[in-house]
Amino acid sequence: MKGFTRCTSRVVPLLVDNIDTDQIIPARFLKVTDKLGLGDNLFADWRYGPDGKPRADFILNDAAVKGAGILLAGDNFGCGSSREHAPWALTGFGFRAVISTSFADIFSNNALKNGLLPVRLAAEDYRRVVALAAADPGAELTIDLPSQTVELPGGGRCSFPIDAFARTCLTEGVDELGYILKFAPAIEAYEITAGRE
Amino acid sequence: MTQSTEAAPSAAGAPRTLFAKVWDAHVVAQEPDAPALLYIDLHLVHEVTSPQAFAGLRARGMRVRRPERTVATVDHSIPTLPGGVAAADELAAAQIARMEENAKREGIRFYGPESPARGIVHVIGPELGFTQPGMTVVCGDSHTSTHGAFGALAFGIGTSEVEHVLASQCLLQRRPGVFEVRLTGRRPEGVTAKDIVLALLARIGVGGGTGHVFEYTGEGVRSLGMEERMTICNMSIEGGARAGMMAPDDTTFEYVAGREFAPKGEAWDRALARWRTLPSDAGAAFDRAVTIDLSALTPMITFGTNPGMGLPIAAPVPSPESLPDATQRAALRKALDYMALEAGRPLLGRPVDVVFIGSCTNGRITDLRQAASVLRGRRVAPTVRVLVVPGSRAVARQAEAEGLDRVFLNAGAEWRGAGCSMCIAMNGDQLAPGQYAVSTSNRNFEGRQGKGGRTFLASPLTAAASAVTGRITDARELGAKGGLS
Repeated sequence: MKGFTRCTSRVVPLLVDNIDTDQIIPARFLKVTDKLGLGDNLFADWRYGPDGKPRADFILNDAAVKGAGILLAGDNFGCGSSREHAPWALTGFGFRAVISTSFADIFSNNALKNGLLPVRLAAEDYRRVVALAAADPGAELTIDLPSQTVELPGGGRCSFPIDAFARTCLTEGVDELGYILKFAPAIEAYEITAGRE
Repeated sequence: MTQSTEAAPSAAGAPRTLFAKVWDAHVVAQEPDAPALLYIDLHLVHEVTSPQAFAGLRARGMRVRRPERTVATVDHSIPTLPGGVAAADELAAAQIARMEENAKREGIRFYGPESPARGIVHVIGPELGFTQPGMTVVCGDSHTSTHGAFGALAFGIGTSEVEHVLASQCLLQRRPGVFEVRLTGRRPEGVTAKDIVLALLARIGVGGGTGHVFEYTGEGVRSLGMEERMTICNMSIEGGARAGMMAPDDTTFEYVAGREFAPKGEAWDRALARWRTLPSDAGAAFDRAVTIDLSALTPMITFGTNPGMGLPIAAPVPSPESLPDATQRAALRKALDYMALEAGRPLLGRPVDVVFIGSCTNGRITDLRQAASVLRGRRVAPTVRVLVVPGSRAVARQAEAEGLDRVFLNAGAEWRGAGCSMCIAMNGDQLAPGQYAVSTSNRNFEGRQGKGGRTFLASPLTAAASAVTGRITDARELGAKGGLS
């Protein structure tokens, strides 16, 4: 699994609440049998016009955000479908973290398994980051996972919560399935005692 | 399928919720600071979210640990027009073929394109008796919450987690909170399960249940049939709750009894005794709670671009100016722009282009009966295209045995083959840009039913009534009384 320790980047603001996974990657792009190439279709229906050409007024098409690693999104990001194609599309585009005030549960689980860090900020801290991005769109933030902080230009810091296990998996590159398989004897024992043999 | 874990009381004898009983009985291991390792009784698999998981498994040189606890079908991209897979586009056909190869290689029971038992995964699981009270059920599909109607803990997972379950029959999960949704009172005529869940979502919003599992309680649940319970649990995910659960009762047991994969004979008696211990104990504590008074409900419809943007069918579309918060105002304005709707006016009477009756939310036989009760002896408006898509081939056969297909066809609706169809618009059934649809499905997200399409979510009664008039219509005006079981 892709790990995550630190990421320094400008942010790409997409300040819409309840962005669902159908917006992140519309269902017509799910007819694939691998995980590659989905970045081109990230936010496809917001990003491209009816003629298929990039819309000049959509932030992802701004040349200045090319290579940016941090998406700044509205509340309840990733609601809706369980499609893991959503984090595949986000990482395929180059994002390594999403900052919001909350994330849908399945999206959050899926993101963590793909090295994409969901950074949940308190409302006040979130507003600071939004204001910063508005005042200086090129300003760079650093997300530091081991210390669970977002470092703002000029020395400010805000902290974010993350499940300790998920943090270890990301920083140490722990393979979750590898971890599960260490319990093979316990799984076998459960199957016998709980009548699942 | 068997399971014999007793839902034994905790050591301290503290009252436990239905959720806690099912969860506790499935914890295989729990290390400090780590999520619980949860055993999965039933893994449902479909063509869209599984190919990368099977590939990952193969890359590790592993096989499916418990193929007999794994059930696969093809539903999302399967065409509903005659011709079957031959009518599928190249990518969909390749996905369907991959599902079949993977199922064959791993010895997984597969309900393929030609299987008479094929259907939407959340319709056939219960129909075939795979879904049983007290189980843990997962699928790479968020509407897995449907199966919670049986008192199972059922939730959607991503493809990485599909791989974990294929490999180990287990999942790492953090214990969620439990959110009681108490349904009180008796619903009026013409108010259906869909209206109940849309009312809940309008109340709590699409993120209201995040981090929680809903448990629906109260006399309002007891009066619901199993298919109505499935409709409500199905849309729990739209409130942000990964799962919705309802305590099993005689209605549940009667539904499960005799189904192909349900326990039989002595195994049935043992299962029944176990299932009767599942309901939440008196005094069990919930982390959050909300009460919905069913007697105060009217038919509901959504106006916006998420399922929480719903209102009573005669109510005016809310105005952004009426909202206190700037972000909420912006969100509502964006939704109304997309829907090209004016605030302040009700949706009633608004022309629509398409009516879609189907999906894992409302594609079961009782849903089709309700729609047929409105369409019988009537014609759909000439301006409207109406698709009726049964949730499974078994539902289709039952409908045909009852003559419902003739009702739909005589009314001028299309009677299609089984599948997810226009709920997710992956199989060629889709809205054209700008079209309005009344849909019995579960999501009104932008473009969900086709790029640029606009969706009003409603019950099968509202959908059928709107098909007749060509406008958004309260089915009670056409004399519909459905919804009472």
